Amino acid sequence: MLDEQAALREITAALEESGKLTGPVTMETHILQDLNFDSVGAIDFIMLLETRLDTIISMDRMAEIETVGDLVRVLVSDPSLAA
Amino acid sequence: MLSKFRALRDEHAAVAAAGRDPFGVSFDAVLSATEAVLGGRRILLLGTNNYLGLTFDPDCIEAAAAAVQDQGTGTTGSRIANGTYDGHAALEGRLAAFLKRRSAMVYTTGYQANLGALSTIAGKGDHLLLDADSHASIYDGARLGHAQVTRFRHNDPDDLRRRLRILSSQPGEKLIVAEGIYSMLGDTAPLREMVEVKREAGAWLLVDEAHSLGVLGESGRGLAEAEGVEGDVDFVVGTFSKSLGAIGGFLASDLDGFDALRLSARPYMFTASLPPAVIASVMQAIEVLEARPELRDRLRRNGQHLHEGLAAAGFALGAMPGPIISLAMPDRETAVMFWNGLLAEGVYSNLALGPATPGGKPLLRMSVSAALTPAQIDTAVNAITRTGYAMGLLSVPLAAE
Repeated sequence: MLDEQAALREITAALEESGKLTGPVTMETHILQDLNFDSVGAIDFIMLLETRLDTIISMDRMAEIETVGDLVRVLVSDPSLAA
Repeated sequence: MLSKFRALRDEHAAVAAAGRDPFGVSFDAVLSATEAVLGGRRILLLGTNNYLGLTFDPDCIEAAAAAVQDQGTGTTGSRIANGTYDGHAALEGRLAAFLKRRSAMVYTTGYQANLGALSTIAGKGDHLLLDADSHASIYDGARLGHAQVTRFRHNDPDDLRRRLRILSSQPGEKLIVAEGIYSMLGDTAPLREMVEVKREAGAWLLVDEAHSLGVLGESGRGLAEAEGVEGDVDFVVGTFSKSLGAIGGFLASDLDGFDALRLSARPYMFTASLPPAVIASVMQAIEVLEARPELRDRLRRNGQHLHEGLAAAGFALGAMPGPIISLAMPDRETAVMFWNGLLAEGVYSNLALGPATPGGKPLLRMSVSAALTPAQIDTAVNAITRTGYAMGLLSVPLAAE
């Protein structure tokens, strides 16, 4: 499984790829408010991250995700992601 | 309690402040499949989904009138509690015959047909794979059920394949869900490629033909017929509220044990069944659909006419010519102003805003009907073009007519 730092690095890289990286990203960064995503953009970003990591974040888990930290926790608990 | 809707109310008020409220249009009268009266003015309807123009078909009206006289205004309950009228069963048999399927069940709305199908066919431990641009009824059906839900990129068989590969180690059946025609942009699913992916993965396939029934395929059975893949489609969902001109929905399949859904699909079980008049008019509309293939030809020609007219005027159009044509708007304000400007020109269209649209982008959505005359489409093209110039979306001024 990914560790927290690796997950954070992947999220940062995915944000850069989607053109949304405007400053440092922390566990407290709020995905909608701080990264200027609307709900549709946030889903597109999640899909981009899924493709990068070759994994799936199911829709019921998406409901848990508000901050980058929430997203990190979802990724680190994904058994399909090798460290 | 309702304070959480303040932001939504403010947003709606801002949209409505630019003119009429696009989400609260109230017609004085609807005159025909193509015209209505709004604010005392006659307007052309270019956003109805009334693809074959059957809402005023004299035979459908007569059938509905006879049914209401003979059988009353409503059923006052669900079929499992209040019983099935002979019309319900007859319509299911007629639909199954038309669709060349073993079984069909009728729902009270198309929305409920998707709720019932998605929430019930895929159960706990199964997987639903939804196109990211799926209609709200598909998402809501998925939420109502207990299957694990995964989205794949819109119309992207490779992304679907990748996701099925990741899920292959997980137990449970996999049900892929696609739409014949996507309602916002009018694009069709790449069904042949999706069928290949489905076969490779040993998955199941449900196609919602809501906007393609009566529209695509030689017999009007939808995209799966047009693409020659009906044998690989396990479940068909559709609606009576578009090409069939009434209301209601259906689920059809060739699978054994289909009738168990009547005892497990809550959106079928816990709602009143369709009234006799609706059943009768849908029954007659299927007759018309079968007997008058020229309506599909006219619809196709009308779609092409509008598409060519708008393309010639300089509008960038995404999807191939079809019954739905959407103009991408640069931003929400322009979209609202364009919609109002077009209405002032006497043409009613649909304003579609995010998150209901692909990518959340605002759209001016139009749908044609077989009932539109070429002259009406010319009128619409001119009105849309004038509005396009007035809004600065087309660069060269239109010559005075």
